[in-house]
Amino acid sequence: MQIFDIFLLESVLNGLLLGGLLALLSLGLNLVFGVIDVIWICYAELIMIGMYAIYYFYVVFGWPLPLAMAAGVLLVAAAGAALHQFVIRPVLAAEPINQLLVTGGVLFFLQAAATLAFGIEFKNIGVTFPPIVIGEISFSMPRLIAFGVALAGMLAMYLFLTRTYLGTAIRAISQDRAIMPLMGVNPDRIFIITSALGGGLAGLASCLLVLQYDIHPAIGLSFGPITFLICVLGGLGNMVGGFIAAFIFAQFISVGGFFLAVEWGYVIAFLFFIAVMFWRPQGIWGSK
Amino acid sequence: MTRALPWIGLAALAVAPLIGIGNYPLHMLIQVLLWGFVYTGWSIMGRLGMVSFGHGAFLGIGAYVVVMGWNQFGLTPWIGLPIALALTAVIAFLIGYPCFRFKIVGHYFALVTLALSEVTRLLIVALRDQTGGSLGVTPKTALTESSYSLLALQFSDKLVWFYVVLLVWLAGLWVWNKVDRSMARLALEAISQEEDAAASIGINVTRLKLGVTLISALMTCVGGALYAQYQAYVNPDTVSGIGISLQMVFGVIAGGMYVRLGPTVGAAFTLLLAEGLRLMFGNSLHALDSTIYGLMLVLFIIYMPKGILGGALAAMQRRKPASAGA
Repeated sequence: MQIFDIFLLESVLNGLLLGGLLALLSLGLNLVFGVIDVIWICYAELIMIGMYAIYYFYVVFGWPLPLAMAAGVLLVAAAGAALHQFVIRPVLAAEPINQLLVTGGVLFFLQAAATLAFGIEFKNIGVTFPPIVIGEISFSMPRLIAFGVALAGMLAMYLFLTRTYLGTAIRAISQDRAIMPLMGVNPDRIFIITSALGGGLAGLASCLLVLQYDIHPAIGLSFGPITFLICVLGGLGNMVGGFIAAFIFAQFISVGGFFLAVEWGYVIAFLFFIAVMFWRPQGIWGSK
Repeated sequence: MTRALPWIGLAALAVAPLIGIGNYPLHMLIQVLLWGFVYTGWSIMGRLGMVSFGHGAFLGIGAYVVVMGWNQFGLTPWIGLPIALALTAVIAFLIGYPCFRFKIVGHYFALVTLALSEVTRLLIVALRDQTGGSLGVTPKTALTESSYSLLALQFSDKLVWFYVVLLVWLAGLWVWNKVDRSMARLALEAISQEEDAAASIGINVTRLKLGVTLISALMTCVGGALYAQYQAYVNPDTVSGIGISLQMVFGVIAGGMYVRLGPTVGAAFTLLLAEGLRLMFGNSLHALDSTIYGLMLVLFIIYMPKGILGGALAAMQRRKPASAGA
């Protein structure tokens, strides 16, 4: 087989687009971890809730799509804040592993509650776009949109964190959790805002995913593990590291899937992750 | 009296199926003991601060290697199981050694092991020509002429399964005891508190952690093999991947991670909860049990981190001195 052919190029480019999406997915998780030091195992389930919300607002209630999406983002942002207030806050002082496990309980709960409320049938918002063909390579429009929005979202987040007072406070508290209260920053408030932001990013991700995938209660399981691994690979809490790791992972999945089957792409990506962990346990761009 | 109590309980458990408790309760009992064994295996390392999300891998290896060996190569489970155990030991070592050597702990350990169980699930799905992929696979039956086949480890009589699983479960508790009584446990507790300090007083951190991990992984592998043989059906989602791995962790937490019977109580609790709600509401609301289960887990971790049995025992301990004084 000729190694460099047009289909390989196509899968590399599609991997690039997937990378943008995965980068957005990891951004919210990294933000929350960096500031609060908690991993939301149920992060992908928040995205699932957002996808259902958009589906109901748009298909069932007949709202215009942009309004439905905006409402979806707000809803997931509220869910993120609620998650922190009612679930994370009570265990903030407990052992770190309890914080990981409690959000795992939320994962079970959300997944089962979604099955109970929405059933296990696959749902689709039924919006289709024609593929874009450039030369012999075809791109799917939703993927291109997702890539663009993901990059814009990350840029906005970067500007927020570096150019605003609140963003600066968030970065400061992620660097030294103990000293910031002494500087007049109220950590509780920052935590809630960060959680809402993390939820909002999950909501944004659900807007992009809902254009590409069918919605079902277990969809979180197909994005969750990969998102955690990207964050760990990039160094937990390191947003730039997560960004780069997302593109590496996406190439493994896309190109591995091109040469073999899709699952093999994931297998290779996960094995690569395990191998890197032994080489640099703190993640490729981790600091400690 | 208190010393005799466990033996009376055990005797009652052992004879219970003989007085005819019916097929369904017997099935429940077998499930509780089987998962109780697997959860006990998990708790052996979990209670020492090594929270693994990777046990789905070992469960999957146990289940699939034995079934595949029988179906593809006609290998009896008596040979298939040792192969599965050897494979489990190799993988546990390959993951464990670098993790412990480079001090991958806490969140990172949980997530690295999570990758391991996902790799196993994806491999089973990807090798669908051999494993049947997501549809799962049934071991070829050897029960055409008689009701049991020792060679194929297949028994149509649930009573046989009950005693097999009972013995395995007891062996699991014995292993738990052995580890609990050993110096290694004290050393590992020191490690889980403060690894560097433990190393500084001459504890070989890596070797001890590896030993406990091997025991725990091998037990889980045995559990996976038994589960596959008993159910006579396996599929990648029920024996590997993130779902079952989390379920193990939560079963143990619900029951109580730090007490011997805690994991078994957790298995009984989760199973009875699921079955009870199913009987109460029928199959129309089939996710109601997991919804309540998830909610209870969250509440448990927040308000009762010692679990049901752990919490109950702690409450009894507190009452004891008061009653002794009276």
